Amino acid sequence: MSALGDIYSVFWVDLRNMRRHWKATIATSLVLPLLYLVAFGYGLGRGVNVGDLDYLSFVIPGIVGLTAFSTSFNGAASKLHVDKFFYKSFDELLMSPVRSHSIIIGKSLIGVVRGFISAIAIYLVGLILAPTLLFSPIFFLMLLLSCFVFSLFGVLIALVVHTHHGMGNFTTLVILPMTFLCGTFFSLDQLPAVAKAVLYFLPLTHSANLLRATVLGLSFPWLSFAGLLIFGVVFFIGCMVSLKRSSV
Amino acid sequence: MQDYIYTENLCKNYGSVTAINNLNLNVRAGEIFGFLGPNGAGKTTTIRVLTTLTRPTSGYVSVGGYDIHDEIDKVKKVIGVVQQHLSLDRDLTVRENMEFHARIQHLSSSKRKQRITELLEYVELTEYADKMIDTLSGGMKKKASIVCSLLHEPKLLFLDEPTVGLDAQARRRLWDLVRRLNKDGTTIFLTTHYIEEAEVLCDRVGIMHHGQLIVVDEPANLREKVGSIVVETLVDNKDTHYQFFANREVATNYVKNLPSEVKTVIIRESNLEDVFIEQTGEKVGDP
Ligand SMILES: Nc1ncnc2c1ncn2[C@@H]1O[C@H](COP(=O)(O)OP(=O)(O)OP(=O)(O)O)[C@@H](O)[C@H]1O
Ligand SMILES: [Mg+2]
Repeated sequence: MSALGDIYSVFWVDLRNMRRHWKATIATSLVLPLLYLVAFGYGLGRGVNVGDLDYLSFVIPGIVGLTAFSTSFNGAASKLHVDKFFYKSFDELLMSPVRSHSIIIGKSLIGVVRGFISAIAIYLVGLILAPTLLFSPIFFLMLLLSCFVFSLFGVLIALVVHTHHGMGNFTTLVILPMTFLCGTFFSLDQLPAVAKAVLYFLPLTHSANLLRATVLGLSFPWLSFAGLLIFGVVFFIGCMVSLKRSSV
Repeated sequence: MQDYIYTENLCKNYGSVTAINNLNLNVRAGEIFGFLGPNGAGKTTTIRVLTTLTRPTSGYVSVGGYDIHDEIDKVKKVIGVVQQHLSLDRDLTVRENMEFHARIQHLSSSKRKQRITELLEYVELTEYADKMIDTLSGGMKKKASIVCSLLHEPKLLFLDEPTVGLDAQARRRLWDLVRRLNKDGTTIFLTTHYIEEAEVLCDRVGIMHHGQLIVVDEPANLREKVGSIVVETLVDNKDTHYQFFANREVATNYVKNLPSEVKTVIIRESNLEDVFIEQTGEKVGDP
């Protein structure tokens, strides 16, 4: 059996599970980004400029990015966490002939689907508010890549963290601050060099750069593209290592 | 006969806890092997090692004739596992869970359909096939777990405490199912802390205690070894004492000569629990 077949099998069961409550799942993931959009973009930011951009155009790709980030991460992490500790069905996968790399990629895909749908929904709302945004295939490609990298991050954390509390703490202490700081709501150019350097070590920073550039037609940030790819590889390797470790 | 499970000096430590201590085990093709032991004896840990979920600290293990280190893929093909805790996606139906297991076991789509229909009938779950796992009774959940583990026709089935939490009737039905599977060619390795279960169901029984296998034999032989008749005596409602005898005659003689302060005396046939007490000095269930 091909790896692709295995990946689909792993993904299939998550998709089935999501089908049962997809409306609520997607709706809840949109609440916060919509509030950001209204409060920061439409309310606070009207008439403000960032460089030669109006704030609304600046912030929409940022909010799309943070939606992709938090929804993909949570989508992948929470399902795997539930599989491990609530359903206990993850062991079944580990005992099956499905190989580790297929398990990891298969388990990330539910996050990709959820993140992508939610981010697209926010993008569409953004289009209504700021019709100057572009509709470019490369933007969707970057969005997809971002969702994949963030989902792998979710899989990694669900593999490494063993308690319910731990997952909650991680989301509040790491994920939430990242959604605000990584060049989503404000330009990193305004920050001191040290802070800027630190933020470049976070995946969302690169994703926000890519999304903003491609949706506004700015020059393509190759460095951020490479950065995001590197994060993806690192998360994937991390997953492989922690899967190996889990059988000890 | 071929050894279907073979371990040599198998050890497993979790930090300073020794879960398995020098286990030498052999399970033969075609038998129902019962692994008996109190809570924390190391039964589940042994199953986790034998089913590739946990790596042993030291020792040699082969399952289905394959080395668990070097031929892990082949091992996975011959085994089916029903875990101690329910391990199904509870928000999916029985059929969906079966479909998932069939997929990850690489069954073709026509084979999947055929096996699912077949197995549902085999365990009489057909009319519950499209019910959510969460809505089933405990016995049916267990059955659902079992069919999920059988899709790829494993030659060796592990059942970790399969009847815990089931009522007497459901338990008996499950025993019948296990016997039927065995008759149809599946070697069974089951753990239990119900003595009765080991006694009526298993061809051979191994008793585990503190990570060590203390004795392995057929239930009848084990009973015979300790003595087939037991005399239980109770003095002043304190501790029960057990004496074992080869036959009823000797036992009756012993009772006749008991001092008069012994008020309560029970003469009965021995069972595996007595074997356990005799071997460990503890009752099953004592920590
Ligand atoms: N993942 C683990 N980490 C640390 N210790 C463990 C782990 N799993 C099991 N143990 C310890 O190993 C010992 C054997 O546990 P095991 O679960 O194998 O017992 P068991 O015979 O299956 O008991 P039960 O009848 O309660 O299921 C126990 O002392 C347990 O605390
Ligand atoms: Mg156990």
